Amino acid sequence: MAFERKRKKGSPGISTASLPDIVFMLLFFFMVATVMREVELKVEVNAGDLPEATEIKKLEKKSLVSYIYVGKPKPAFRTMYGSEPRIQLNSAFADVNDIREYIIAERELRDEAEIPFMTTSLKVHEGTKMGIITDIKQELRKASALKINYSAQERTSEL
Amino acid sequence: MPRRETPEINGGSMADIAFLLLIFFLVTTTMDVDTGISRKLPAMPEVDIEEPEVKIKKRNLFIVLINRNDQLLVQGDLLNIRDLKDKAKEFILNENNSKDLPVKEPTYIPELGRTYPVSKGVISLQNDRGTSYGKYIQVQNELVAAFNEVREDAAFNEYGKSFDDLSEKEEDAIKKMHPLRLSEAEPKNIGD
Repeated sequence: MAFERKRKKGSPGISTASLPDIVFMLLFFFMVATVMREVELKVEVNAGDLPEATEIKKLEKKSLVSYIYVGKPKPAFRTMYGSEPRIQLNSAFADVNDIREYIIAERELRDEAEIPFMTTSLKVHEGTKMGIITDIKQELRKASALKINYSAQERTSEL
Repeated sequence: MPRRETPEINGGSMADIAFLLLIFFLVTTTMDVDTGISRKLPAMPEVDIEEPEVKIKKRNLFIVLINRNDQLLVQGDLLNIRDLKDKAKEFILNENNSKDLPVKEPTYIPELGRTYPVSKGVISLQNDRGTSYGKYIQVQNELVAAFNEVREDAAFNEYGKSFDDLSEKEEDAIKKMHPLRLSEAEPKNIGD
């Protein structure tokens, strides 16, 4: 009964020698796919706070995009900055008048040839009043940063 | 001198290290792609040059006003945002050559190799400082959607394919046939 004796031995253990390879593969995938958030958000513009639209396009060439965040300060900053919508440039609160300097500083970080392709992305909480946005747009016009992108998410419900 | 063999490094903990790194990247990964409506702002007029006032005929102008209560006034009538796209498309196309809708000027389009009646219509969008950003984007979106739909139809009529699949030259032709004329007036306080 050679057949029965063999069964009693139990199943041989699976070799784990290839486990590091599998893990490394996953690791490389996530390393490549990762985009780390460079700035800490101090205003409330989470993904769900952006307006919804249908005619949206992907923002290409992330290295050429400068961001302007507008929204109410997060609760931790309310005592200092109030609860009215504020502008955030890089990682600090800013005033409308700082935008031109910010754009100039952003330009200096890039090649001269790339400047015409630079885009400013406005990430604005949908409840913000247009007054502050119009001021920002006027400042951008003065700085001749004319390519803008109103950050929006895919519309999920009917109008 | 006999060379001593170097002891082999134990690779058993390799998986642990890799797992550690993997978990770190898993946690920090944000896969969301940035999307949004791309627009181009008009250039700032030179300070010392007096802007000659551009007079646009009433029939060539499509005025959209949004007040501080997020209500829409289109061509003098209150309008629901759901109807805005169709109204704007009607204005852009002017299919029946109506006297109240924009003039069409036959223009030679080199990419097309023939003349095409290009509409002279301009859509003007004005908002109050108290308008909410969400509403403003909705209106922008509807107006851009109207243009995109008109261009999509034109692409199918001319080339039999979608606007997104056109070559650069064909795309230019369609863009010249239906130029995106969306003007945003200098901000002012309307409807106080």
